[in-house]
Amino acid sequence: MTLAELTTRLQTLQGSTVTATDHSKQGVNLDITIASNVIPELARLMSEAKFALEAITGVDWLAEQQIEIVYDFTSYTSGIRVAARTRVSRETPEVATISDVHPGANWHERESHDFFGITFTGHPGLIPLLLPEDADFHPLRKDYGA
Amino acid sequence: MSIEAKSIHRETFVINLGPQHPATHGVLRIKLTMDGEYIDDAEPIIGYGHRMQEKMGENRTYAKFLPNTARMDYVAALFNSQGYVGAVERLAGITVPERAEYIRVITAELNRVASHLLWAGAFLIDLGGFTPLLYTFDDREQILDLLESVTGARLTFCYYRFGGVCNDIDDEFVAGTRQFISRLRSRMPMYHALITKNIIFRKRCEGIGPITADVCRRYGGTGPVLRGAGVAYDVRKAEPYSVYPQFDFNVPVYPEGDCMARYRVRMDEIVESLRIIEQALDKLPAGPVMAEKVPRFLKPPKGECTFTVESARGSFGVRAISDGTDKAYRMKLRSPCFSNLSLFQECSRGMLLADALALLGSLDLVIPDIDR
Amino acid sequence: MMTLLHNDFVLEMIRLVLYAVGLIAFAAFNAAYLSLLERKIPSWFQLRYGPKEVGWWGLLQPVADGIKLLTKQLLVQRGADVVLFKLAPAMVVIPAIMCLATIPFSETLVPRNINLGLLVIFSFSAIHVIGTMLGGWASYNKYASIAAARVVAQNIAYEIPLLLILVSLVMITHSFNLHTIVDQQAGGFWRWNVLRLSASPLMPVAFIIYFICMLAESNRAPFDMVEAESELIAGAFTEYSGMGFGLFFIAEYANIVVGCALGTILFLGGWHCPFGLLPGLHWFLIKMYFLCFTVIWVRWSFPRTQFYGLLNLSWKVLIPIALANLMITAIMLKLF
Repeated sequence: MTLAELTTRLQTLQGSTVTATDHSKQGVNLDITIASNVIPELARLMSEAKFALEAITGVDWLAEQQIEIVYDFTSYTSGIRVAARTRVSRETPEVATISDVHPGANWHERESHDFFGITFTGHPGLIPLLLPEDADFHPLRKDYGA
Repeated sequence: MSIEAKSIHRETFVINLGPQHPATHGVLRIKLTMDGEYIDDAEPIIGYGHRMQEKMGENRTYAKFLPNTARMDYVAALFNSQGYVGAVERLAGITVPERAEYIRVITAELNRVASHLLWAGAFLIDLGGFTPLLYTFDDREQILDLLESVTGARLTFCYYRFGGVCNDIDDEFVAGTRQFISRLRSRMPMYHALITKNIIFRKRCEGIGPITADVCRRYGGTGPVLRGAGVAYDVRKAEPYSVYPQFDFNVPVYPEGDCMARYRVRMDEIVESLRIIEQALDKLPAGPVMAEKVPRFLKPPKGECTFTVESARGSFGVRAISDGTDKAYRMKLRSPCFSNLSLFQECSRGMLLADALALLGSLDLVIPDIDR
Repeated sequence: MMTLLHNDFVLEMIRLVLYAVGLIAFAAFNAAYLSLLERKIPSWFQLRYGPKEVGWWGLLQPVADGIKLLTKQLLVQRGADVVLFKLAPAMVVIPAIMCLATIPFSETLVPRNINLGLLVIFSFSAIHVIGTMLGGWASYNKYASIAAARVVAQNIAYEIPLLLILVSLVMITHSFNLHTIVDQQAGGFWRWNVLRLSASPLMPVAFIIYFICMLAESNRAPFDMVEAESELIAGAFTEYSGMGFGLFFIAEYANIVVGCALGTILFLGGWHCPFGLLPGLHWFLIKMYFLCFTVIWVRWSFPRTQFYGLLNLSWKVLIPIALANLMITAIMLKLF
């Protein structure tokens, strides 16, 4: 799937803003901003386009009281790299899991849950992965003192 | 193997493989649910070596975090540094002099060879053969000596700087590296005679632990694991960084997807890395090794970028977000072993314990890299 | 006093005690110094020194190891079957030493020249399997239990080709007496059983099968399923500490010595010189230790086999060849 095809496919997603970025400056080819409820649909689309999930990253925007979740997708055949981002509220960060489509997301989501307290609804077992099993803190939140 | 567990009365039991177990190469724990010697379920439990590197990346300055990168994948430490300085340079818009890029390629590829040699020896230990480890260590020792002469460290290198490298290489290093290349080339047939052609080794690797390209894609597996599954994906080719486009090298691919394929990919990569190093030494340009005007206290402009490198274990990615201060706002470190281990649970199902450990060994895991 | 020494019964008793002490010392000495060689020989293969600090050339290293093992506490795991757990090391080491009792070291040096010596050795060597299994089972440890299950399957699988080879050998030699078997091979290396092609053209193959089975029976790498340190920590011995572990160790080396000694007697002409000169104990020891060296050499050159690979080798390769050897031997004996 070429970059142009992918862009048109992604633009069909509800409420998506697709920006073509300069790979030499940003490190990604496409940057998509999307509503959090469309994430599973996006994951399915990326899976159909034979993209691999590379990582799930959270970013805590304390000033905006929002948490951003960035999904990094790569294609092993075309080398296209796509970053999809969505924002959820900081009080109740919730987004649907994509581990049913990309099983590799299971661990990435558990990690993001550890670090940011993001709840991935529908996740098979959202228990701490890297933090101790009784950890009730989220170290990568900006108001976590350390 | 076509052996299947056929028992009418099935009773499973749980074995804790690790956190201290000879085959887990560090503090990895795998909760095995066994049916006799067959694995019903293998759940990796990680985090014993967790140090919250990403938080450290956020609450110390860019330069202060630099040595930390070598403490993740300590077997191939230069790749982590390469990814990190690459991301910060991209954020801050620093251009690296060509000579420095060449030196980075030379040292990083030497590190890749060292890492693969260590893996080959450690993998053989997983299979119960002890001797090859000492031979690979003998060769790896030469690399460490070379790298020590320029970086000052033997394992946790902190050699790359924002805008170049901290130390220029000298003629002695160049001569030593050339000598090492011819030495290792002459020893490769010995390794193939000792390991590759060994009948027991082949029986234990061929057809064992198959990983398909689709499994790799669904779990995000990269590196030799992916190339051993027949996918010619290498970040050096797919998203060329540094001066890699100037070199002629192949990406070894084996379609079988078994332990043998992963072994062969790594052994071929050693040869390809030697080719890259040789070309880089031939073409090595003169000039400075540090960019001019790199501020002492780096404050990259507001922005976000990703930088991915092909580490010895797969694609290592850094996503850096700057808020304009001297500390990163977010420093996501994507480790290849993390994804490579996550596919173990699915792939080891129904395997025999010893085969599963061969599979685990062939993934080339560095546990502190997973735990970060 | 002098009259007492002329009493046959007393003399025999003294002889027995001396032999008993001698054999135990021989087994212990071999365990100690084979373990040193086990560390020295691979060090030559592996570009390193091996033990060299304790005593010249590391010669006192086994003593240091022995003291360490003796002074360590013998821990018994909670939940373990204490009686069996403590009995198992003895059940492994005693039969191994008993086997030495019928081995003729030279023309005159033989503790007990029994007519059915070969049978005695195989009866005793079958016991150590039970000892290892009980040790693993009584440990109350899952790794040890897996190893215990493995060791039984492995030893049964390799006992069969081993005995098939020995049956064909006995058909040729017409004797179970080890002394007689050695005497038949006097005169030069072409008369050794390993080259007795007139009896069966498969004799060299039979020797190789014997050697493989001997490795498997004494649980040596590449067939060390019972220990398999990269899979099962230390297998059946995981829970053993101190001298309990040390006895398993002694037994392992004693089994190697018995196996190599038997190989020397059955196939390599025992105490006879390859060229018919100066027969004696030294030739026996040279041949036996050469086989021991080969055992160590194999261990450090090969990775461990897979468990089903091990069973496949026995049931699909060794047993058919051993059976073929038996048939050919029988036919040759009938024809010529």
